[in-house]
Amino acid sequence: MPAGRIAYLNARLLDPATGLDETGAVLVEDGKIADFGAHLFKGGAPSVRQVVDCAGLCLAPGLVDMRVQLREPGQEHLEDINSAGDAALAGGITQLACLPNTQPVIDDVPVVEFIARRAREAKKVKINCYAALTKGMQGKELTEIGLLSEAGVVAFTDGEKATVNAKTLSRALKYAEAFDAMIVQHPEEPSLAENGLMNKGELASRLGLSGIPREAEIIMVERDLRLAAMSGTRFHFAHVTTAEALDAIRKAKKQGLPVTCDTAPHYFALNETAIGNYRTFAKVSPPLRDEGDRQAVVAAIADGTIDAIASDHAPHDQDSKRLPFPQASFGIIGLETLLPLTLELYHNKHMTLLEALAAVTCKPADLLRLKAGRLVRGAPADLVIFDPDRPWQIDEAKMKSRSKNTPFDKRPVQGKALMTIVDGRTLFRAPDAPL
Amino acid sequence: MEGLSASEISLLLDTADGYVEQNRQADKKRDLLHGRTLINLFFENSTRTRTSFELAGKRLGLDVINMSVATSAIKKGETLIDTAMTLNAMHPDVLVVRHADSGAVELLSQKVNCSVINAGDGSHEHPTQALLDALTIRRRIGRLNNLTVAICGDIAHSRVARSNIHLLHTMGARVRVVAPPTLLPPAMDRFGVEVFTDMRKGLADCDVVMMLRLQLERMQGSFVPSVREYYRYFGLDADKLAYAKPDAFVMHPGPMNRGVEIASELADDIDRSVIRQQVEMGVAVRMACIDILTRNQARPGPTGDTYVDPTETAGGN
Repeated sequence: MPAGRIAYLNARLLDPATGLDETGAVLVEDGKIADFGAHLFKGGAPSVRQVVDCAGLCLAPGLVDMRVQLREPGQEHLEDINSAGDAALAGGITQLACLPNTQPVIDDVPVVEFIARRAREAKKVKINCYAALTKGMQGKELTEIGLLSEAGVVAFTDGEKATVNAKTLSRALKYAEAFDAMIVQHPEEPSLAENGLMNKGELASRLGLSGIPREAEIIMVERDLRLAAMSGTRFHFAHVTTAEALDAIRKAKKQGLPVTCDTAPHYFALNETAIGNYRTFAKVSPPLRDEGDRQAVVAAIADGTIDAIASDHAPHDQDSKRLPFPQASFGIIGLETLLPLTLELYHNKHMTLLEALAAVTCKPADLLRLKAGRLVRGAPADLVIFDPDRPWQIDEAKMKSRSKNTPFDKRPVQGKALMTIVDGRTLFRAPDAPL
Repeated sequence: MEGLSASEISLLLDTADGYVEQNRQADKKRDLLHGRTLINLFFENSTRTRTSFELAGKRLGLDVINMSVATSAIKKGETLIDTAMTLNAMHPDVLVVRHADSGAVELLSQKVNCSVINAGDGSHEHPTQALLDALTIRRRIGRLNNLTVAICGDIAHSRVARSNIHLLHTMGARVRVVAPPTLLPPAMDRFGVEVFTDMRKGLADCDVVMMLRLQLERMQGSFVPSVREYYRYFGLDADKLAYAKPDAFVMHPGPMNRGVEIASELADDIDRSVIRQQVEMGVAVRMACIDILTRNQARPGPTGDTYVDPTETAGGN
């Protein structure tokens, strides 16, 4: 249903794509941004159906989370499109891309259409799909890259599994050129990571847990950069965590290779010590690294080597986490913590507010070629109103995600989404929002 | 073991010393802890450690129950935490736990309100083994400080090595580890030990040589090329032992692989090897642990309720 005309007044308008940061208003008409800026409604009260006084709060494009595991279809007891939608909206996210590791795997057009239909029915966050790069994510036969692209798939990846076979990957990169598709890699050499549970090093030695060496990531990134250089296909590394891999990507970008990468908040907000006394909620793939790597990730976000921040939302229930460390699942949920953890980079003075926001709005949108993540006249009114400074404490019990596997429980953070708007409809309003 | 102070270790060893004498009497049993219950919960098979704890418990007058994994609900899919809760509801005073996963004993200890003794968790720790090794050394040499102890073999996968490193380091001994590089965990230098990959250099002027068991599955090709090569370079024989001090002695936590990590003649040489004393000290040390963990728990009051101090839970220690 079109939402009619709504005016958002007295907002601090933020558009990271253009650098806009000024006090003004936004007019939404029929679910689209009709106009915005400081000039709007200067002459007097608007004649609209609804007026929202933002009282100086920030109004920005809704967040775009480029890496989410939905668990629907197949594992709805962990998360589904409704619960993930609620969690995303509570985190200020208006659009996301889901990995193909559902059951069945997203490697065929009907699965893409199923998810699109479920997302339409849920009427919450906008959902895009990755498709598997290889059938069943088995690393052998290519999926129908052309047909899937036409069905609206944003990129191709084997999800949490690396595409290991160099020949398969180089062929995929060549073939994908014809369709201008993007390929996303989980960069981890599996033979080095085999049986590994956490970052290899002193802490793993002390805890008696087998380690995953940093080289597992570095080697894969360095190899893949060679393969990427053989084609013109856009190639993206997911959740990069080590200084050397980031250096390699930095260098490749300077040489003009079409490579990009992202990281997840836990790689700049935590280091391996979060595991402490065998905390399985901090067990994640790739593993949390040491402090040196954490700082390298922060620096790479600040200098633009890391293009985007994605939540890498990976829901797991208590039953798969409340186990001895070696038996527990890998993964951390992140939809509701993406914004406050990203804002830590701003509060800790590593970057400006607009730069931090860009990593979760226009930059991931551009990578996936989505018309989202920016304030544009005529574009869908996907917006978030947030207070960048409001202090609060992350509370697992209040999370909307069906799974609660977060290592950030009780962490004091600053910055909170207060209202999330999709196509002009207010789908989330924080209970304590002064709006 | 990590985190235990020198005075706490000394208290355990002093207490154990007393039990060594008790265990040598014809009447070995005391009623000190009569009425308390100890459950041996072994998720991984171990005849010697389980028997040692069982004897230790019985000699202190506790009721001892052995839970073997083969017949327990874990085989039916019950999780570790559920098993812990179930046993906890039966009000044991001490749980002795062995598990193949590092950290599993710590996890279990968080869910119960009785004392928990770690009888070995994965590659993490095996505290009572380190204590019995320390007691053996102390009774033989009279001290732990200013000794040079070489721990040799599969350090990477050994909980015995980790606990011994922490204990000996805390007590002021100089600790060396000797192993092929594939069996050394990363960042070993951060443990306050000296690292050697040559037995002759590592054993030079040592007071004590501790050998570790090499697991069968690690012998062939994956970590070391062959048993033959391992024995040649890392197995302990009279020739290599000659580099240590003349009165240096040999320890092994058992069970031994004769001809793999240790020569049979050395293992049986009662002048050089204290392997059987280690087993004897094992019972005494475990009695001391059980005693110290339960002694201060209040006896059942008039209402029949037992007050259990939550801080008594020993966790991974």
